[in-house]
Amino acid sequence: MIKIKDISKSFGDKMVLENISSEFDKGKTNLIIGSSGTGKSVLLKCIVGLISPDNGRVYYDLRNFTEADKEEKSEIRREIGMLFQGGALFDSKNVEENVMFPLDVLTKMPLDEKLDRANLCLKRVGLENVNKKAVSEISGGMKKRVGIARAIVNSPNYLFCDEPNSGLDPQTSILIDELIHEITHELDITTVVVTHDMNSVIGIGEKIIFLYKGHKLWEGNNADITHSGVAQLDDFVFANKVMSKMRSL
Amino acid sequence: MKGFGRYMMFLGSLFVRRETFATYYKLILEECVQIGVNSALLFILVSTFIGAVTTVQTAFNMVSPLIPRFVIAQVVREMVVLELAPTIMALIYAGKIGSSMASGLGTMRITEQIDALEVMGINSSSYLVLPKIVASILMYPLLVVLSGVCAIIGGYIVGTFIHIITPTEYVSGLRFGFNSFEIVVALTKSVVFSFLISSISSFKGYFTKGGALEVGIASTAAVTTSVIAILLADYIIVNLLLQ
Ligand SMILES: Nc1ncnc2c1ncn2[C@@H]1O[C@H](COP(=O)(O)OP(=O)(O)OP(=O)(O)O)[C@@H](O)[C@H]1O
Ligand SMILES: [Mg+2]
Repeated sequence: MIKIKDISKSFGDKMVLENISSEFDKGKTNLIIGSSGTGKSVLLKCIVGLISPDNGRVYYDLRNFTEADKEEKSEIRREIGMLFQGGALFDSKNVEENVMFPLDVLTKMPLDEKLDRANLCLKRVGLENVNKKAVSEISGGMKKRVGIARAIVNSPNYLFCDEPNSGLDPQTSILIDELIHEITHELDITTVVVTHDMNSVIGIGEKIIFLYKGHKLWEGNNADITHSGVAQLDDFVFANKVMSKMRSL
Repeated sequence: MKGFGRYMMFLGSLFVRRETFATYYKLILEECVQIGVNSALLFILVSTFIGAVTTVQTAFNMVSPLIPRFVIAQVVREMVVLELAPTIMALIYAGKIGSSMASGLGTMRITEQIDALEVMGINSSSYLVLPKIVASILMYPLLVVLSGVCAIIGGYIVGTFIHIITPTEYVSGLRFGFNSFEIVVALTKSVVFSFLISSISSFKGYFTKGGALEVGIASTAAVTTSVIAILLADYIIVNLLLQ
């Protein structure tokens, strides 16, 4: 479980996040949604500590991450897996080395064990026979999968994904969503996904928080999202053609 | 001035929360190979030609029959050891290795690879930059020695080939009045320059913001700033050591 309390962040005099509080549950896919530029990525970066918030705290299972010293932060970060928007794979390494990398730096595992583990994860995300390929040789969807494999290789307790299906075709998007959803349940971890894709929201939104111009306007789940009564959220949800058709039926 | 303060803080950050020695050993080795492969050929080519041209031009300027021919070789030696090998090659090193360090790190920054390292709990600046600096300090002096040798050989080949100096004159000129302190000066320069180039270029690349365009800008800025730093440092070192 991850708990955030009163997170605020501004860049210069531009307020990007204002007093965001919420809880992300264990064994669930938690979604942060909102339109472009509302501060979703900034919030995610505040949670993992890539950006330090001006105000507020982040707790990882009751451990205060925001006020932890460097050692404790490193300790918690070892339990974090993260999938970045563009994959963020190391282009100096091949697919297999990318997936093994967290094990290289965070564990003292012998090489054959690391290879086994990496292959297991690659298989889990549906990638086989690409081990030796360079990052530049694989497609966008494959990069996301490799990114997921790298994020889960060291058995994290917390998984973060920033727009896991941006730039992918609808079918691949759904596959990636389902993959994240299954892994979350399989490993019983706390997963936080940033997205603005309504397909993901309906498909895997077990807990959803809706950001609007740096404020949290709503929180709930995919069953309730279509009748939230929040005008801005309705605009967001029914901007999708299919959703608005369904609504008018 | 603010940039200089940030640069100093950046250097400080390289030494906190480091990885194990074994990790660095491997990274440094990789960087050394990278630097060697990338620049050895260029260095050999450039310095051989510079040596050759210096010889011909020195000979051209020494028209007086009163000056013995071996002086040509002596002049070539002085210029190569003191300035051409360590300083001119540093400018080339900045253009070749410095710019590639800056653009490499800049690309890692804008594609979130550096963030990915940080999220894993790794001190990314230390992990990525320290090996580059150490490898540069190890490799650049070797490259300078290589250049010096190539330049002198270049001078020898051209000088004897077009008969402006005989092999015996050339060799005795190389030996005449040789002060081994010059080698100390040359090596001091190479250590200082390689540190400046690698750290400044890494600094510029590491703090890239934005997109592909900014990576290009960072890489140009890395070369420009390194070149200025080299020239300043050159002046200071010569003043301190050759008084
Ligand atoms: N490092 C930064 N410096 C200054 N402003 C920033 C920085 N990072 C983000 N911002 C600003 O914060 C706001 C929110 O950005 P953020 O990236 O969180 O949006 P987002 O909700 O993730 O949008 P998208 O869906 O397009 O990714 C933007 O207006 C952006 O300009
Ligand atoms: Mg974003």
